[in-house]
Amino acid sequence: MSEHADTAHPALRHHFDDLNQQHAAGTLGMWFFLVTEILFFGPLFFTYALFRSGSLDPSFQNAFIAASHHQNITLGLTNTIVLIASSLTVALGVYFAQTNKKKPLVLMLVLTLLCGVAFLVIKGIEYNQHFAHHLFPGQGFHWDGAPELARGGQMFYILYFCMTGLHAFHMVIGIGIFIYILMRAMRNDFSSDYYVPIEVSGLYWHFVDIVWIFLFPMLYLIDPASKH
Amino acid sequence: MTTDAIDSAQTPRHEEGTNYINAEYGLLSWLFTIDHKRIAILYMISVTALFFVGGIFALLLRLELMTPQGDLFTSDTYNKLFTLHGVVMIFFFLIPAVPSVLGNFILPLQLGARDLAFPKINLLSWYLYVIGALMGVVVMLLGGVDTGWTFYTPFSTTYSNTWVVPTVLAGFIAGFSSILTGLNFIVTIHKMRAPGLTWFRLPLMVWALYGTSLIQLLATPVLGIALLLIAVERLWQVGIFNPALGGDPILFQHLFWFYSHPAVYIMILPAMGVISEVIACFSRRKIFGYKFVAFSSLAIAFLGFLIWAHHLFVAGISVYSAMIFSFLTMFVAVPSAIKTFNWTSTLYKGSVSYEAPMLYALGFIGMFLIGGLTGLFLATLGIDIHVHDTYFVVAHFHYVMVGSVIMAYFAGIHYWWPKMTGRMYPEWWARLAALLVFVGFNLTFFPQFLLGYLGMPRRYHAYVPEFQVLNVMSTAGATILGAGYLLPLIYFVWALKYAPRASANPWGASGLEWHTPSPPTTHNFEDTPTVTWEAYDEKAWLKEAEKNV
Repeated sequence: MSEHADTAHPALRHHFDDLNQQHAAGTLGMWFFLVTEILFFGPLFFTYALFRSGSLDPSFQNAFIAASHHQNITLGLTNTIVLIASSLTVALGVYFAQTNKKKPLVLMLVLTLLCGVAFLVIKGIEYNQHFAHHLFPGQGFHWDGAPELARGGQMFYILYFCMTGLHAFHMVIGIGIFIYILMRAMRNDFSSDYYVPIEVSGLYWHFVDIVWIFLFPMLYLIDPASKH
Repeated sequence: MTTDAIDSAQTPRHEEGTNYINAEYGLLSWLFTIDHKRIAILYMISVTALFFVGGIFALLLRLELMTPQGDLFTSDTYNKLFTLHGVVMIFFFLIPAVPSVLGNFILPLQLGARDLAFPKINLLSWYLYVIGALMGVVVMLLGGVDTGWTFYTPFSTTYSNTWVVPTVLAGFIAGFSSILTGLNFIVTIHKMRAPGLTWFRLPLMVWALYGTSLIQLLATPVLGIALLLIAVERLWQVGIFNPALGGDPILFQHLFWFYSHPAVYIMILPAMGVISEVIACFSRRKIFGYKFVAFSSLAIAFLGFLIWAHHLFVAGISVYSAMIFSFLTMFVAVPSAIKTFNWTSTLYKGSVSYEAPMLYALGFIGMFLIGGLTGLFLATLGIDIHVHDTYFVVAHFHYVMVGSVIMAYFAGIHYWWPKMTGRMYPEWWARLAALLVFVGFNLTFFPQFLLGYLGMPRRYHAYVPEFQVLNVMSTAGATILGAGYLLPLIYFVWALKYAPRASANPWGASGLEWHTPSPPTTHNFEDTPTVTWEAYDEKAWLKEAEKNV
């Protein structure tokens, strides 16, 4: 692309010299934001490790295993597959934007959104099951296993709801971002000259996906073989 | 002579008299602005308001402490007063003051950029700050909060009957404002430097803001989640931190101080950046040991993350980890001392003049020396156990956070005031205010070192009669300090209309911000400047300016 096209593109913001600078700033900004996000989820992972290790209360080790047996592995696995599929569609979307293929781009963005919504629906079904089984922490929490594990079991579910809740909140934000990206894509905003917004939103989406990749084994697969 | 040469080099080519202030009119043009300079002004107005709110709480505290008996307030009210003083001053004044006001205004100018990388996010960060601050004000009107600004569990989650949840949410929202500012600064420094402005030609303010931004990005989210967990524990009555329900109160203290110790460096690092600028300018010399000062900012940012548990020495952490954290804490003194030595060395054989910013900067060095060295006392395990939770600690952190940071903030406001407003300020009054602040501050807080050493515990509204003399001295000092803070408010407002107009570079300082007219136009620079000189190299800078005549 010529120097002129680079400095006169309609998407160029007034305070940047050219699109390259604008793109580099946007991408770097998202990477730094994801570092912040790691530190945002970090304390929850740390708290999980602290209680799961049993270093404070040894009974928590078995309690976490017992509590994880209440999880629906089928639904959790389905959600994992749904999210990984959505990461693929996002990556393909960036590719189709780079190669000026509008129709496949729109299709990929729609598929991404459908995956995101499907994830939240399945998560909602799971939450509903937990409520029905009185596993939501607090006054209504009811533990039907060994009584000495009740406290650790409740701790597991506090962390489960905090971690998956924060993750689901990020999914909602991601869906909002991709609705906006989809609208812009349908408006022909993107081309091989200008696709960084999709790439940057994709980085965020992949990050949220990766968080789930860690949450799934921690919250569903602690020790499924021990379930009798 | 020198300033004239620079002035004539700055003959503006834009329409005469147009600048960022009069480019647009009306309240909405300010509330929806994405100009970093206007956002800095919005921040300045809002943090000033909150500063005086926090200051009123401080004066009420000092008023109560004039007499040994708790006669003015009940102990509950006193708890609320020191909590609100801490919350307002830390979250709504000290954290945003230097980066969001001075940094916002100066950073793009020093980089030769037209704006920050993400102007809309910059405005969003101001709105988040305002929402957080308003929530804080609502909490005050509803009856306050009494947990201390540290929100220690399980008191904050189980026993306190005050407005804890809205307060932690206010802190959470203000935290995001801080994160977004840091994000904006880092990307701007990486990607928007003018041609020729290499990393080692950057003003030291930029290095300091870079270190600050790293801390804002890496530490603030940890506080955010810790505050959310308090809200979760309180609202659903579960026990993440409450030992009675299987939780761990020390876990909260770790998470809290993982942010709140580095947060001290969010306050002091940009303040140190201001001091580097002011010392170089009013000594008329290149800063001594540029690279050492630059890297010491990064060193402080890095080491700041390794020392949080020195707040937990008596909380029940293991002896060995206490020893390690004690050792690491002393390490922070090294880069801090490097800065102090380099500033003093810059003064040596410089042609020093004593305008108000310089008075504040020199005051900063003295205050920071005392604050920093007493930090070493506190890093020592034996002494810390003796003076823990006494006025010694209170005096120490006020020397760093008030004596140093607010001095530097005032130094910066005076130094860049001509650039921000296009007007000078009344020099005599400004020097008087600097003197009042210095005297008032020391009279307020030096007696508190003695009180703490003698064993007066912090956070009580009554004390034994033997301590009264020192407490009366402290309250008298606080009154002088209050006058010293009020005075600039009056003469700055006066200066907006009546002070003489400022030239582009009234101080003869170096740095790209002085290459633009005062006040700058909306787009900062007519043409993006090209930098061919080293930082603070005034001679090369002047040659450049003369070449342009």
